[in-house]
Amino acid sequence: MALVTAPTKACAVNPLKMSQPIGGAYAFMGLRGAMPLLHGPQGCTSFGLTLFVRHFKEAIPLQTTAMSEVATVLGGYENLEQAILNIYNRTKPKIIGICSTGVTETNGDDVDAYLKLIRSNHPQLAKLPLVYVSTPDFKGAFQDGWEKAVARMVEVLVDRPSANGLWYPSKVNVLPGCHLTPGDLDELRVLLEDFGLCPSFLPDLAGSLDGHIPDEFTSTTIGGIDVDEIASMGRAGWTIAIGAQMKSAAEVMQAKTGVPFRVFERLCGLHPNDEFMTFLSEISGRPIPLKYRRQRSQLADAMLDAHFHIGGRKIAIGAEPDLLFDLSGMLHDMGAQVTVAVTTTQSEVIERIRTREVLIGDLEDLEGLAKKTHCDLLITHSHGRQAAARLKVPFYRTGFPIFDRLGAGHQISVGYRGTRNLIFEIANLVIAHREENDRPTPDRWRTAPGLRRCSGDGSAAAAERSIA
Amino acid sequence: MSSLAATVQNIFDEPGCAKNGSKSEAERRNGCTRQLQPGSAAGGCAFDGAKVALQPFTDVAHLVHGPIACEGNSWDNRSAASSGSDLWRTAFTTDLSETDIVFGGEKRLCKAIKEIIDKCDPPAIFVYQTCIPAMIGDDINAVCKAASQKFSKPVIPINSPGFVGSKNLGNKLAGEALLDYVIGTREPDYTTPYDINLIGEYNLSGELWQVKPLLDELGVRILCCISGDGKYREVASSHRARAAMLVCSKSMINVARKMEQLYGIPFFEGSFYGIQDSSESLRQLARLLVERGAPTDLLGRTEAVIAREEARAWAAIEPYKPRFEGKKALLMTGGVKSWSVVAALQEAGLELVGTSVKKSTREDKERIKQLMGQDAHMIEDMTAREMYKMLKGAKADIMLSGGKSQFVALKAAVPWLDINQERCYAYMGYVGMVKLVEEIDKSLSNPMWEQLRRPAPWEALAKAREQMQSAMAASASDPALAETARRASKICVCNSVDLGTIEDAIYRHGLRSVVAVREHTNVVGGCCQRRIEGMFVSEPSDMRQAAE
Repeated sequence: MALVTAPTKACAVNPLKMSQPIGGAYAFMGLRGAMPLLHGPQGCTSFGLTLFVRHFKEAIPLQTTAMSEVATVLGGYENLEQAILNIYNRTKPKIIGICSTGVTETNGDDVDAYLKLIRSNHPQLAKLPLVYVSTPDFKGAFQDGWEKAVARMVEVLVDRPSANGLWYPSKVNVLPGCHLTPGDLDELRVLLEDFGLCPSFLPDLAGSLDGHIPDEFTSTTIGGIDVDEIASMGRAGWTIAIGAQMKSAAEVMQAKTGVPFRVFERLCGLHPNDEFMTFLSEISGRPIPLKYRRQRSQLADAMLDAHFHIGGRKIAIGAEPDLLFDLSGMLHDMGAQVTVAVTTTQSEVIERIRTREVLIGDLEDLEGLAKKTHCDLLITHSHGRQAAARLKVPFYRTGFPIFDRLGAGHQISVGYRGTRNLIFEIANLVIAHREENDRPTPDRWRTAPGLRRCSGDGSAAAAERSIA
Repeated sequence: MSSLAATVQNIFDEPGCAKNGSKSEAERRNGCTRQLQPGSAAGGCAFDGAKVALQPFTDVAHLVHGPIACEGNSWDNRSAASSGSDLWRTAFTTDLSETDIVFGGEKRLCKAIKEIIDKCDPPAIFVYQTCIPAMIGDDINAVCKAASQKFSKPVIPINSPGFVGSKNLGNKLAGEALLDYVIGTREPDYTTPYDINLIGEYNLSGELWQVKPLLDELGVRILCCISGDGKYREVASSHRARAAMLVCSKSMINVARKMEQLYGIPFFEGSFYGIQDSSESLRQLARLLVERGAPTDLLGRTEAVIAREEARAWAAIEPYKPRFEGKKALLMTGGVKSWSVVAALQEAGLELVGTSVKKSTREDKERIKQLMGQDAHMIEDMTAREMYKMLKGAKADIMLSGGKSQFVALKAAVPWLDINQERCYAYMGYVGMVKLVEEIDKSLSNPMWEQLRRPAPWEALAKAREQMQSAMAASASDPALAETARRASKICVCNSVDLGTIEDAIYRHGLRSVVAVREHTNVVGGCCQRRIEGMFVSEPSDMRQAAE
């Protein structure tokens, strides 16, 4: 059991956290022909947009109700109405996903009521799904926004199956957490199909943000799951939720449609994938394909090769709860010590992280603790680059945003193969860093990092940490 | 100290701005940005603008008072460069929670200021107001005043909550804060007759350092740059400069004009983008300094430097002329840059098929007309879809624009170059323009484009099959008809060259490139380039057999 501590500082320094509304908007980006809309001042959208563009190197559909000071005082009805009509007329979306922001939550805009009024005033919108989710900036984090948005989508868009309706046992709903990349979703899709299953991903970022070149120019999302397909999710045999954050959406699905679910909190590492494969084999009634037996063996071999480099490493990791739980679990299983763990928001998984203490904090905390405990591998998103440079330790970028490296959307961590490649990548970082910085010389043997690590024994490090 | 609303009104009434001056009274009251359209708005908010304008002050702690979105979603996203402190790259925010919003965030702000002073002890702290604390009535002016006294350190309120307006307005509000609280609060260690201020220059990608050596050589000292690579001490004492240059942007014109009013510092609007513009700016700087009492030999020395640098730059661009022949560029950027870059690109031999004038003033447009002729294609506003069509239709060989429209070009498989603030290359000054030309050449001559424009194998196969079938069917029934059809289909419209002629030439001489086709036939290879390229790709041998 890890001790979970909350921040005591008044000033967050180098935030790890990003806001709820853009997490919600991100979920809507996995729907085909969608236009996510932030109900708030234009800056909320503009910052989010820039962040997504820098991460994915893609055009991002994201609009704003452009709340001005006056509109904030008078209430946002007119702005919301105009925004929806403008989007409807200009871009012909198949769905508009609306997320509130701090401003419109603080002034108390009743968006659900607004939407009813807008619908009654504009009958042309009758067939356009409008999904609203409340995501104030001053609560929660990116992952919470995603979680709420997906639960809302299930609530609003999935049809309740009729009593004598058809039911497809091979159809499987997959509710992926926001820590999975488009590359992860593609990997999972192939995997499920290899078991003869027919998956529907909600949301499906692999269709929209996998970095492909569309035939035509559209200002909405260029792919993703179709609204009609979402409606039919109630006829699936199973729902697979990936990451603890997706449990609530899976529960909503079960309550509404009766489709049973199973949550896979982790899909990175040998054991989690064994469980996953077993489950797929059970629900599909097929043996695990030879391809995956081979991949499992390759992963085992990769673990053998890499444990020399990852084993014993002191790791400082900062990520959103589900990603933190998944990655730190895999690294712990490889013999690394998760020495510092920092996350953004509350979650049921964080106290089960294999470390002493999990701090809900920022990158200043991560950097300070990493320095104090002599961590020798830093894992967080791109904003950790300044800390890594100061700490002079190898730095593995993961999560969101990754803006200073390419291919963020195709970084894979799920499955035997994904885990294998991830292990290689981290081990290679460690090797490269050692070759560049830790070449032995005749006069540095007394200060060699290995020795220093041995002398500062576990209890001393723990004492240091408890002071922090 | 006036209220925020009064400050905003005051800013909109800017006598120094030509565009503003040409407006009617009512228009002016509406401000200098178009009214935002909910659902089709783009661009940052006033807070964004204020942060952009001031963040390049490198030794200042920039503290954002607001919920996580304002700083958490946006920090460390600019490429301004520092020659010293890296403090500006550290993000500080009060990360307001629900409780703060209920009980007010002032205490938290005060504590945050203290924490920063304890940890970093910066020369000053800039506190940025955002929407939510503005709504709930957090008085940051009062907190900053109290904190300044308590900690004996300048704590400057930047009152620019996002919802008051656009990014541009935020730039100006940031300027007002500097005028109200910072400029003139200290004296420089020493002054020289060659002291200047640069206003509105952010040293993105360190591009200021491509111009600074020239100023150093002339003995001109940048007393303060607002705000690229700037330091708090410098801006506080910037009122002692002898002259100022408002760099390439009207966004901080209020600062330049008021400094002229208050401290008698004459200024001019100039740009270091483009060769002639760089020369003109150096000349103006020298002239203003001499007028303010600098020795007159500065003028002659400046001319000598200009002559040398221009000669070098033109010589460096010369080799690209033949390479750029017949290449067309589309320039989508705002304001001054729309004409200051035009000249350089034209000099390098590029043809400009259009330039955006969305943010340009009437003067800017006049200059564009002078440069590009009366029928210059000036684009007021262009949707992404129109842009995409234009590029996909090969109306331009390269697009130069800001980052937001990059995917319009790239997804149409057309070369694109970033010339706005997020770019990674520095294009300022003489060397910068040469660099820009180099980059354009690198992009245009990249063999990747040709591969990307090729159809995918399945498309090529389908097309070949279709052509073969139709050609065989046609020629089987009537070879003469096929031949007539081939002769009637014009590929090069400009010189009226038909499909048959080109196909025959390709087949007879085994041609593999547009240039080669041009040698053997009369084709121009400009607008028809893609169509001819398409013929190499499909290369359906059966079709030719059928034709013969």
